[in-house]
Amino acid sequence: MDEIFGIPAPLLFGQLLLGLINGAFYAMLSLGLAVIFGLLNIINFAHGAQFMMGAFAAWMLLEWAGLGYWWALLLAPIIVGFTGVVMERLMISRLYKLDHLYGLLLTFGLALIIEGIFRNEFGSSGMPYRIPPELAGAWDLGFMFLPVYRGWVVIAALILCLATWLLIEKTRLGAYLRAATENAALVQAFGVNVPRMVTLTYGAGVALAAIGGVLAAPIYSVNPQMGTNLIIVVFAVVVIGGMGSILGSIVTGFGLGIVEGLTKVFWPEASATVIFVIMAIVLLARPAGLFGRA
Amino acid sequence: MADTATTLTNAAMREQVRAGEGVWGFSRSQLVGVLALVAFILVAPFVLYPVFVMKLLCFALFACAFNLLIGYVGLLSFGHAAYFGMGAYITGYVAKAWGVTPVLAIIMGGVVAAAMGVVGGWIAIRRQGIYFAMITLALAQMVYFFCVQAPFTGGEDGIQAIPRGSFLGIVSLSNDMTMYWFTAAIFLAGFLLIHRIIHSPFGQVLKAIRENEPRATSLGYRTDDFKLMAFILSAGLAGIAGATKSLVFGIATLTDVHWAMSGEVVLMTLVGGLGTVFGPVVGAAVIVTMQNYLAEMGAWVTVIQGAIFVACVLAFRRGIVGEIANLLKVKL
Repeated sequence: MDEIFGIPAPLLFGQLLLGLINGAFYAMLSLGLAVIFGLLNIINFAHGAQFMMGAFAAWMLLEWAGLGYWWALLLAPIIVGFTGVVMERLMISRLYKLDHLYGLLLTFGLALIIEGIFRNEFGSSGMPYRIPPELAGAWDLGFMFLPVYRGWVVIAALILCLATWLLIEKTRLGAYLRAATENAALVQAFGVNVPRMVTLTYGAGVALAAIGGVLAAPIYSVNPQMGTNLIIVVFAVVVIGGMGSILGSIVTGFGLGIVEGLTKVFWPEASATVIFVIMAIVLLARPAGLFGRA
Repeated sequence: MADTATTLTNAAMREQVRAGEGVWGFSRSQLVGVLALVAFILVAPFVLYPVFVMKLLCFALFACAFNLLIGYVGLLSFGHAAYFGMGAYITGYVAKAWGVTPVLAIIMGGVVAAAMGVVGGWIAIRRQGIYFAMITLALAQMVYFFCVQAPFTGGEDGIQAIPRGSFLGIVSLSNDMTMYWFTAAIFLAGFLLIHRIIHSPFGQVLKAIRENEPRATSLGYRTDDFKLMAFILSAGLAGIAGATKSLVFGIATLTDVHWAMSGEVVLMTLVGGLGTVFGPVVGAAVIVTMQNYLAEMGAWVTVIQGAIFVACVLAFRRGIVGEIANLLKVKL
């Protein structure tokens, strides 16, 4: 098993793993976007900036407070999620009665502000973040070496995605959420505090992005631009999957990451554009997206 | 854009009533605006630095082209940098490598951008609203990555030292003042063309689609064809704006196709006033001037631009020209 389709096996599996990791981030971010869009009807352009804030929160907790990776995994989403709650209360909540495009423009402005502030403070070059000692090293799987941390990211992302799916599909809170997505006024009439639920949903979506940022910190260098380029790809992922289904965005995210990884092996020049090409093809064949409702 | 749309409908009805009064379809208040604009173009190069004014005019044309979509069809394109940047690259390349004359080079830039608009528009108009914005952004990012890799764009360096050439082979454009009148003529031609499009029967159908697409369909208009046509026109004009910019500065780089450029043109139009004739011009003037004076502040420019975005969306949705028009109860 040294070569598969004329490609050395270690290269193929290495790229597949990278694709799977990218896919994990696509899945987590598109999941957060879909949850926020479902209830708030806005596309959260600041999602990439909030992902970056999560990574920086981890870095700051380590450098300034001496709190390590596991604390960051717990605290960063709370801190960043709280900034999201403040943003929703102060600004986003004023736009619900307007055209959805204003929500996109507002969060785009917020993304510019956040990214600009971090660029002023920390410059454009990245900060390294060490892999926690518990997750250092690599497993020998026989056909390839799997760095423990990378395996952990894929598993953590899967757990997180499935937990979110269970929360939304199988719990009472999730039922409220789904009901409010269908008809907010009616749910409010039943005595559910919908505005508070909207605020907390935004906070939770943002926290999800922040967890993604913490997970990404040891893999990518922590830098102010790390979120924006990612979020544009995630937009394409969301268009391909359609935002109707939670499970759909998870599957699409992981699937497209793998496709991107395979493209790096077989046609490296196209790897940066393959997801956008797939988006165009899906739009031509199925405008509502693979899992979307028209 | 619900509230802009309502004010516009009222203004549009008033305009219909007074249609006979205008010159070339401009209402009386708009005519005053056009005269002020022409006066500014005539005086500006003697007061301000001509290259700065040329930059302003290029971006004003870009914003007007963008406004054709958002203001009159209600489609928010978040990827117009692709057409602007590709116009710049094509013109820069043919002017430098093939020695094509400036007029022909700009036309080629515009035609290629319009051709890209055919493909991009054909894909993007399958969805509306937020999805349309996300799709155009994603397609533009694809064009960006293409430009990073394609051999003719020069990658990270871009195309530099693009010759301005000479107008019709007679008048050299290397002089800034000569180039200025050339640029001003292109801008005015583009501006009047967009005005003509909006006030044609075709433009009326576009507005009908913006207000109520199912009804426009039920009246027998194939709305997709109209949307696609508007997209192509907008892309072509954005390409011409980028093409002219590349000749003015002699460079075409990745900045021109980057998503930040798409955001900037949205900001210009938003600041000036969506769906107004003069808004994009005023907005472009404000943003270009701001960038010019704040250039040494580095990343703070991004923060300020973001803050303007937030302020416009929260408190100032009509934009500068929209607020003035509302105050004076005229259509601008």
